[in-house]
Parts: sequence; C-alpha cells; structure tokens
Amino acid sequence: MIVTIFRSTMQTVRGINQKYATPHLKTTRLVRICLGLLRAYLFLLIAILLFKFIHSLH
Amino acid sequence: MNVLARLYYRYQKLLKMLRLYLMIAGPGIIVMVADNDAGGITTYTATGAQYGFHLIWFLILLGPVAYYVQEMTVRLGAVTKRGHAEAIFHAFGSFWGWFSLLDLVLTDFLTMITEFIGMTAAMKLFGVPDWVTVLAAWLLMSWMVLQGRYWTWEKLALVFCALNLIYVPAAFLINPPIHEILRGSVIPHFPPGGFTNELFFLLMANIGTTIAPWMIFFQQSAVVDKGLQEKDMTGGRIDTAVGSVLTVVVAVFCIILTATLVPGQHIEDAATAAMKFMAINKHLGACLAIGLFDAGLLGAICISLASSWAFGEVFGWAHSLNHKLKEAPWFYAYYMFVLLVAGVVVLIPGAPLVLITLFVQVIAVTLLPAALVFLILLLNDEETMGEHKNTLFQNVANIGITAMIIIVSTLYGISALFPGLLK
Repeated sequence: MIVTIFRSTMQTVRGINQKYATPHLKTTRLVRICLGLLRAYLFLLIAILLFKFIHSLH
Repeated sequence: MNVLARLYYRYQKLLKMLRLYLMIAGPGIIVMVADNDAGGITTYTATGAQYGFHLIWFLILLGPVAYYVQEMTVRLGAVTKRGHAEAIFHAFGSFWGWFSLLDLVLTDFLTMITEFIGMTAAMKLFGVPDWVTVLAAWLLMSWMVLQGRYWTWEKLALVFCALNLIYVPAAFLINPPIHEILRGSVIPHFPPGGFTNELFFLLMANIGTTIAPWMIFFQQSAVVDKGLQEKDMTGGRIDTAVGSVLTVVVAVFCIILTATLVPGQHIEDAATAAMKFMAINKHLGACLAIGLFDAGLLGAICISLASSWAFGEVFGWAHSLNHKLKEAPWFYAYYMFVLLVAGVVVLIPGAPLVLITLFVQVIAVTLLPAALVFLILLLNDEETMGEHKNTLFQNVANIGITAMIIIVSTLYGISALFPGLLK
C-alpha cells in the first residue's frame, strides 16, 4: 500500500513538473538578475546553516 | 427641501458603499489581525515592558509597510485568479515553485506549533490542561472550515478578529498616561540608553512579526477563494488598509498595557505577562490570556489554510472553502491533519519547543525574500497584470520595503542562530 501511494505521488509530482516545465514570466534582464541574486542569497543562507550545524556538533 | 433631498441621496449612497464594502471585506482584515499571532503578542508585550511607550511610533510606521506588501496580493489574486503558490509555479517554473511550496509548508508547520504553545500557555492560566486546549482548539478550527461556505468561515473568523481587540478596553481600565503615549506615538525617538543591540533585536523582531511569508500566500488564496474580481479591487484595498490599522491598534494597546503595568521588567512570553497582570488585577490578566489564546487560534487557522490552499492549487485538488468535505477531501484532510500534528507536538513531554521557536525565525528568513521578490516581479509583468501592474510609486515603495525586510530579517535570522554575534 505504501509503495502504491509513493508511486502515485511520484507520478503526480512528475505531472506537476511537466505542467510547469516552462516559466511563463517574460525572462527580461531584470528577472534574470533578481533570480540570480535570490539563488546566491539562498546559497549563502544554507552555508550559514551548515556552518552552524557543524559548529554545534563540535 | 432641496438640501434634505441631497442629504438623503448622500446617505443612501454612503449606505450602498458600506454594504458593498461589507461584502468585499474579509481577507485583508483577517490576515492583518491574524498577523498579531501568539508570537506577535509576545513580541509586543516584551517591547512595552522593556521600552515603555518609546517605540509606539515605530509600530505605527509598520502599518503602511504591511499594507503595501499585502495590497499587491489583492491585485495579483483578483487579476490572475491564482493563489501565490500556483502563480510562482506558473511564472517561474517548477524549481522555484517547489522551493516556495516546501519552504512554506515547513515554516507554516513550525509556526503552527508556536501558535499551540501560545494557546496552551494562555489556557493554563485558567487551569485548563494542555490536552483539553489542543483538542478543543482543533475541533473548533475544524468545525469552522467544515461549514462548506467561504462566507460562513469568513464571518466566524471576523468574530475572532473582533475578540483580538480585547486589549483596547483592557487598556482603558488602567488609566494609562495619555501624554506619554501621545509623545511615544507622534515623536520618533529611541528609548533612554540609545540604540543598543538589545533594542535592535527587538526592532527586528517587531518587523519580523509584521510581515510573514504565510500572509502573502494566505491573502492571495483567500481573494481567489472569495471570488474577488478586478472591479472589487478598491474594496479589497480598503479592506487591507482597515486590517493594517487594526493590526497596529492591537500592537499599540498591547504595548500600552505592559508599559503601564509591568514597566522595566523582562518578559519572556505573553503568558508570563498575563500571569503578572493577574497578580495586579485578575480581570486584566484574564483579558491578556484570552487575547493570547485568540491570537494563537486565529494564527493557526490562517496559517494552516495558507498551506492547504497552496497544496490544493499545485496538486490540483479541489481547494475551496465553498466545497463540502466530500467534494474536497484532500484539502480538508491536509488542513486538519497538520493542525492535529502541530497540536500533538506541544503535548509531547520534553519536546524541543524553544528550538522550534528559534527555527521558525530562521526558516522564515529563507522564504520571505523569495516570496517578496516573486511578488514584485509578478506585479511588474504587463502581460499578466495589464493596467493593474505596479506604478512607479508602488515600485519605489515596495522595492524599498522589500530591501529593508530582507536585510532586517536576515540579520534577525543570523542573530537567532548566533546570539552573541551582534552583541
């Protein structure tokens, strides 16, 4: 039963990924810059969280 | 006679406008009042106890900040007829969509736990065991959404919003110093002792409670579920403005209460403040405890709905409060299940509740900037928004607010992770 639920969920997720595969917002330079900055910001936050985690282990 | 006829005409016109507004009003007021959740009430009581009336002006300034951000969700929802989660998937693709959805689910779940912490702490003051509070709150919250009509849910939620104003009559009972309150409200200044790290942390906490990621998702989905159209936008804006005034009123009166009754004391949470109030005046303590419970309840309802709507939009489940349980089983099951789990976590002996509270601040920091940036980009897309896209003034105001919130919330998150860093 668990396997069936898992398979059906994965199928739904694949369907969602297909449905939204192409972004519909016009990719202007501003949009590219904003998304790039957002990626950098999130990587920085993840790095800080990892540092905190490793620091806590020590 | 002519004057009388004109007066009657104006009266009728005003009545018609009021009736129209009452039909549209709801999402803006609910989201703004629910923003004063258990965590918010704790922040305000701590601010008042620690800094007296000196920071009221700052909270008044946060009203327009909340309005400008939330107003964008009204326009986006009314024009696209999509919730924020679906709008992100559609506009930015599945990577950013999944990131936003999963981050929202995690943030909301952790925040819901803090709401239950607030509710149980408040009811404990009346001698109610934690499990009774959790069960009763869960049943009440489930009953509210299972009415099968958005309208009924909304009106019930508005009753709880009205109860959130309990701090206003409570403040009038204690004869607060009006002159000091006016000075703290009108003249921007820092408390005696100047701009310290402790003050900075509290200011950041106040900003953090004013704009939360779930608010953006909630209001946009509520606007869609209510069926607001482009022609209703003015009413939606007024609704949001009234809500932002109410959120500031509640915050200010919380500060007035603690600044008058427990000045200079360190308040860990709102329940501690209520306990101290009870020692001074039983009724005032009861008011604060009822307000805290109500704040937690409203917060939990809206936050759980924000996640349920988001999941429903993306997974294609029926996801309207106008549906009966049988018509939207996944939507309601998700709503009730998440609330139940969040409530049960609070009942687990030795659960790391302090760590969870801390984690909420950190996780929210990862989602809030993304949600705000997406909101501004979507509101600038002429293809999507047409004549309702952001004007130059709206862009200047919203980009400024977003930049400020990103900087402050990041510092707040970092200072929560590394408490000694900013000291």
